Amino acid sequence: MLNSSLFATLSSVSAGDGHAETVVSAIPEAARPENMTWAGLILLLPAISAILCGLYACLGIKNRLPGWTTVLALASSFVVVCMLYAGHEPGQPVVIHLFDWIDFSWGSKGAFENVTANFALYVDDLSLFWMLFVTGLGTCIAFYATEYMDEDRGKGYSRFFGAMSIFLLAMSALVLGDNLVMLYLGWEGVGLASYLLIGYYYQKTTAIDAAKKAFIMNRIGDLGLAIAIWLVWFNFGTLEYDGLFQALNLYLPMAEDGTLAGTQMGDAPLGWTAYLIPWFLMVGAFGKSAQFPLMTWLPDAMEGPTPVSALIHAATMVTAGVYLISRTYPIFWLEMEQGGYALATVGWIGGFTALLAATIAVKQYDMKRVLAYSTISQLGYMFMGLGVVQTFGACFHVYTHAFFKALLFLCSGAIMHGLAGQLDVRKIEGLRMAKGWKVVTWTMFIGALWLSAFPFTAGFFSKDEILAQAFVQEGPGFRALGWIGIITAGITSYYTFRVWFRVFGGKTLRIEPGPEHHGDASSFHPHPPGWRIKAVLIVLALGCIAAISSGYFGIGHWIKGMVSNSSASWGMPLHWHEGDTPFFGGDPHVTMYYVSGVVGLLGLSIAFYFHLYNRKLAITLEHAIQSRMSIRWIPRLLEKKWYMDEIYNATVRIPTWLCAKLLYLFDRLVIDGILVGGIARIPMFIARIFQPLQSGMLQGYATTMAGGVSLIIAWIIWTMSKGGG
Amino acid sequence: MTLLAVLAETSETASGDSRMLTICMTFSALIFVIGMFGFLTRRNMIVMFLCTELMFQGVALAMVTFSRLHLDVSGQVFVIFILTVAAAEAALALGLVILLNRRRQTLDVGAWSEIREC
Repeated sequence: MLNSSLFATLSSVSAGDGHAETVVSAIPEAARPENMTWAGLILLLPAISAILCGLYACLGIKNRLPGWTTVLALASSFVVVCMLYAGHEPGQPVVIHLFDWIDFSWGSKGAFENVTANFALYVDDLSLFWMLFVTGLGTCIAFYATEYMDEDRGKGYSRFFGAMSIFLLAMSALVLGDNLVMLYLGWEGVGLASYLLIGYYYQKTTAIDAAKKAFIMNRIGDLGLAIAIWLVWFNFGTLEYDGLFQALNLYLPMAEDGTLAGTQMGDAPLGWTAYLIPWFLMVGAFGKSAQFPLMTWLPDAMEGPTPVSALIHAATMVTAGVYLISRTYPIFWLEMEQGGYALATVGWIGGFTALLAATIAVKQYDMKRVLAYSTISQLGYMFMGLGVVQTFGACFHVYTHAFFKALLFLCSGAIMHGLAGQLDVRKIEGLRMAKGWKVVTWTMFIGALWLSAFPFTAGFFSKDEILAQAFVQEGPGFRALGWIGIITAGITSYYTFRVWFRVFGGKTLRIEPGPEHHGDASSFHPHPPGWRIKAVLIVLALGCIAAISSGYFGIGHWIKGMVSNSSASWGMPLHWHEGDTPFFGGDPHVTMYYVSGVVGLLGLSIAFYFHLYNRKLAITLEHAIQSRMSIRWIPRLLEKKWYMDEIYNATVRIPTWLCAKLLYLFDRLVIDGILVGGIARIPMFIARIFQPLQSGMLQGYATTMAGGVSLIIAWIIWTMSKGGG
Repeated sequence: MTLLAVLAETSETASGDSRMLTICMTFSALIFVIGMFGFLTRRNMIVMFLCTELMFQGVALAMVTFSRLHLDVSGQVFVIFILTVAAAEAALALGLVILLNRRRQTLDVGAWSEIREC
């Protein structure tokens, strides 16, 4: 099956054929056509849809109108993206100016003498690539949601689709914006939409807590991004990508030659702060993409409706961090050329997160949580790809992951929908035998195969691009990082199929209804998904299959073309040569197919053996581990997510709370008690001395007055008589 | 009448002047003190008001006396002013008394002692 000539073909595809060895190229200056403002429809349509959904909510519309409005708007938006793509000249960025937004200038209006962030679109291969799957998947998932959210019609239906439209608007602004301020606008916008949708079931305390957690943890990352944006202006004098890349076009060759130190551009030198930019950008990316240490919000975000988990927390929003780093890759590259370790750090954090999240996913019982941890883990792979200078692999993995993870989430959503909210893998068995569940069974099987990187699936190709590059690229401990990635691949394969075998496998159909079922459990029958859910599942499964073509036999290897024609081109992989350190005796890009294929199959077979073939043994093993003091903490540790929430609670939340309490007491006692209250009390005490005089008795006042006048007169007479005498 | 006769007879001489001054000032002070004493001791608002009028008259008498003593008419002009103002003020004050009486159904000034600090 695995004959070597096939792999030779594959490797020639993945390694490219005879490209120039030097990867650094200049980014061309953007064209600025006047007649392309129609591209603004990509943002305008979701905005209109959001406003209409708000209107529907006010009018109290009870039918599916909000859903169809959103689907129509997103589909039209997708069509506009396709038109833009059809008319796009590869490698030539285009700036489409929509309207002036922030535009200050002074002096001669050159670099460092303006702050310009207009509402304009930067259309290049990378942003088009991102927009294609963002709007495409957005349309599919909105279509799925029209059925999934049916029970909420009239209540939250308009709210849900309004927030979905806001999300697509913000995501488009994030990806297409032609400057970092517009990216930041979209960045905050997707955060808001995510917050609104996680907290969709606002009567549930857990949902509100999860929404707040997601928002607050994202704020930490956003602070990093904001500082990075400020530093970009401070060092490069512009916030627009076009100007930024032109400046970097100047700096990067100098960095290559080692002549950059001490050079000046404009009137400001490229100071040490320029090398801090990647680190702050990284913080922003890690917050949004749920990487260690800002990862704990993503599993909790599963409190939102499942289409939201599929679209925002798996396929699109969480990849914004990967987009950010791909977009600003030249800055990372500059830092690396000057001897920095920002990219290596990105890679290592990614690899570490991938392994950490995969180990947690092994011991979770909630299907959506397993998928959430696998999302974190796969995002870790993407960052690893960025770190080992494989932007193509990272973007390729974003693309394949978007499809198979959305598919997996939508399948688990169908299960949750049909089984009254049941998601526990221990309480469902043999679902493939239930009537009307064939589509879900087999599309989820495809999703699981793709996630576990089964040989010759799209996930297999995209993951191997990243893993192999770890063995080609020279970097601090990159080979160890590669091995971490390979081990994680095995774990991934295991936990994915653990879920599938548990839920769909087994000899008998056994289902315990979930918490939303009322009445006798024995009378419970799962209701199979309707045609809209099935249609979307089939479309996504077909999308997964079609995604293979981009990794297989070079049939239109368009992703590589698109990534290499953008700012991420600096991250194009170096090729392996005879004489470089081999991996299992050859080019890692070839041998990795065997290694990761074997490891993936190994994980799959372990899952097959313990969770389908011999489930009794799994129980025995579980008991054996539980009875041994020395190792029984391991499964417990994994189930409790390495106690990360508890550690954060103890190290961040409680000290913050104590600090706040102390400040509160200081405020109450010192500020309010002594300063404000104390000063106010002084006149009060003085007043109390004279208060008895004001008795309210008229005669009392008259007596005082008469006495006073008498005294004055007596004094006058006395002084006069003395003077006279 | 006797007082006027004494005044008429003593107005020509210096010693007569001195006697007139003594008698008039004593009388003026007496009226003023009676008024003040009444004001301080009585609780009926109308009586208290009458007492203030008495004090006015005491002062007015002193004015007239000094006017006569210095043969200067401005003191008497001042008295005319005092009388006019007192008449106007009497109208105002009695109206006020009627209002206060209506509120509390009493003329006792003690009924208003709660208008005080604290």
